[in-house]
Amino acid sequence: MNPFRKIMEKPWDPSAEESAMALAIGPGTQYAGQRLMLHIFLVIVSVVFLLMFATFITHSQFPGFQPLAGEPWSPFANTTALWLNTLWLALSSLAMHVALIRLRHDAATQALWAMLLAAFLAAAFVLAQFSLWRTVSGMGYALHGNPANSYFYLLTAVHALHLLGGLFVLVRAIWLLWRGAETARMQTSLSLSTTYWHYLLVLWALVFFLLTRSPETYRAIAVFCGLG
Amino acid sequence: MTHIPFADQPHEDHHPTSFVAKYVWSQDHKVIAVQYSIIAIFVGVVALVLSAFMRLQLGFPDTFSFINPNSYLQFMTLHGMIMVVYLLTALLLGGFGNYLIPLMVGTRDMVFPYLNMLSVWFYFVSVLVLLASFFVPGGPTGAGWTLYPPQTILPGTPGHEWGIILMLASLAIFIVAFTMGGLNYVTTILQARTHGMTLMRMPLTLWGIFTASMMGLLAFPALLVSAVMMALDLLAGTSFFMPKLVSLGDSLDYSGGSPLLFQHLFWFFGHPEVYIVALPAFGMVSDVLATHARKNIFGYRMMVWAIVIIGGLSFLVWAHHMYVSGMNLAFGFFFATTTLIIAVPTALKVYNWTLTLWQGNIRLNSPMLFAIGFVFTFIHGGLSGLFLGNVIVDVPLADTFFVVAHFHMVMGVSTVMVLFAAIYHWYPLVTGRLLHEGMAKLHFWLTFLGAYAVFLPMHYLGFLGVPRRYFAMGDTLFLPQSAHTLNAAITVFALVLMVVQVVFIVNLIWSLRHGPKAGHNPWGATSLEWQTPDVPPAHGNWGARLPVVHRWAYDYSVPGAVQDFLPQNMPDEEVERLAPDTDSAVESKS
Repeated sequence: MNPFRKIMEKPWDPSAEESAMALAIGPGTQYAGQRLMLHIFLVIVSVVFLLMFATFITHSQFPGFQPLAGEPWSPFANTTALWLNTLWLALSSLAMHVALIRLRHDAATQALWAMLLAAFLAAAFVLAQFSLWRTVSGMGYALHGNPANSYFYLLTAVHALHLLGGLFVLVRAIWLLWRGAETARMQTSLSLSTTYWHYLLVLWALVFFLLTRSPETYRAIAVFCGLG
Repeated sequence: MTHIPFADQPHEDHHPTSFVAKYVWSQDHKVIAVQYSIIAIFVGVVALVLSAFMRLQLGFPDTFSFINPNSYLQFMTLHGMIMVVYLLTALLLGGFGNYLIPLMVGTRDMVFPYLNMLSVWFYFVSVLVLLASFFVPGGPTGAGWTLYPPQTILPGTPGHEWGIILMLASLAIFIVAFTMGGLNYVTTILQARTHGMTLMRMPLTLWGIFTASMMGLLAFPALLVSAVMMALDLLAGTSFFMPKLVSLGDSLDYSGGSPLLFQHLFWFFGHPEVYIVALPAFGMVSDVLATHARKNIFGYRMMVWAIVIIGGLSFLVWAHHMYVSGMNLAFGFFFATTTLIIAVPTALKVYNWTLTLWQGNIRLNSPMLFAIGFVFTFIHGGLSGLFLGNVIVDVPLADTFFVVAHFHMVMGVSTVMVLFAAIYHWYPLVTGRLLHEGMAKLHFWLTFLGAYAVFLPMHYLGFLGVPRRYFAMGDTLFLPQSAHTLNAAITVFALVLMVVQVVFIVNLIWSLRHGPKAGHNPWGATSLEWQTPDVPPAHGNWGARLPVVHRWAYDYSVPGAVQDFLPQNMPDEEVERLAPDTDSAVESKS
């Protein structure tokens, strides 16, 4: 039944075609429930970041806002460190994908190694982000120095917290697979984790993009969004 | 990959085996619902007592030594926050949502029972953290429930050190709890409906809870983001919301922050919050009205769409709370327009409730009385909302008692009317006993008339210009003596109204043991929750087989049917039809 017919159903009329077809619709599966929950959760996380992005762009139009990029002496005038961190996360995401494919082919041992690699690379990303904090802080850009600095620490910290939450789930999945858990069950778990990993990679790309723009780009985004 | 359907899950997975597993760390949605409800009602009583203190000061200024300007502001803040978030949201979604969703969709439990259990315990911790603020140095925050910076975290505001930290921490924990619960409610409704239960066959209660849960999941992040950013301003010295300013003669280190940005974030959550509370109430009152008027709900499909459209539009009206904040005037025009537009589906619902009652076989029992009481108070609060939704009327009325009267009528009294209607309606299902009808009717009349005695005069005080949130009016020349007398009278009525609630509490407890046995489906209702093999429903709800749904939830007084009502799980073969000649005889008679 297509969505339009679903909402146009006349539930009071027992002779309607939709009523006759209704019995065919029953409860979904556990996997469908978990997947739906993950998707809604990702929408919630997106709302959190969208709101922070919106306030960031609004702040960028206030006097005194000093972006972290745009000038030769700015911390993100050189983005090599950020690209390197991005590489760790992208490789982690790739490893997750490989793990899922191997598990679908019943190659549990290979999947386990790929998952371990993904976890290691994700942990490396978090540590590298922490190192980036120290570098930026060492350059005199403290958390409370300017709203632009505050947003850098806030956005990266919230992103890292979500990754750490994902790592917790992944480590649990590795442990279960190590102990010989049923492959079908692990496929479900790994499929959801992989979606989450890819999502966090895209989210990081957006954070990266936003933090490294020039004042002119912020102005253009603000005007485009009606915030300027 | 093979997947197990929810319907076939062995429900013994979390079958309780001990007292602790059954009543404390329970994963049964019904026990969790009761836990949510008890905590919410308890914290609601605390908020009610706080409002009594405020009324004592307003009615009889400077009579009570324990109420000073600081404590007055603290009582006001905690009263507002508890009532809106910790009572109404938690009771409507955590309490009723938990109890009714699995039963009404015909499943054994929530899709994620463990997460559901975590949700209630996180909620409990959030309440404890909030109440702990009464015992820290400086007491709870007195910044007003809107927590506007910069004053919230500046010296001079009560609780600016510890109180505000605990408030923000408590809100963050509450949001985590709500998210865990909300994900469960939405997923269960979308994924675990039994055979035959299409979306458009769901009772309106479920539509209200579903839409409100979706809204909560999307709106609470705004509060979370603002709470985190404010906490950083307070603890780490950032300037998200704090502008450059001088406080008590000292130039502070803040610079570059925007207090107005906080207001936008807060009301982006705050206005949908009104409907997060209202929509479940709309749904529940629809079902109570239909059941006790023995009529199908008028315009079911229109009602569903109205709920969904109100939910969507409620994200586009937030800045009507900010007309006097100094924002762009063009914004004011936009938000006044959207506010007027949202009145259309809302009014449509009121017409449909009234038309449901039209020529119904109305049983004037306690649930029905409260439901009708809701229609009155909601129309009243809605109309005063039209005043405040217009910029030009709002500006002189902003921050007066007119605003207090409006939001208490529309969000407080009318929602509480539905809560009482719902408790009187579903108590027999939860406990297996009926409540004492005499006490219930007494409770209704005293509550209904009492609420009007308290809040109707407040409109008049607002027109006089009596400001809200003031500890004392002093010798204000523009206020006549009658305003002070009226304030004293409101206090007396408010205290009476509070004491009357003892009747309700006594009835709840007394009826647990002494109420008449409810038996199976005492109201003759059609929806699935009344069709369980056991009353109250046992663990797993449905015994060996899940129900199969054959019809919508409003088959009352069906033309041609002998039965007064046709339950949703009754197949067509079991419907007894009137003989054709009887049918035509009835028609010719009418």
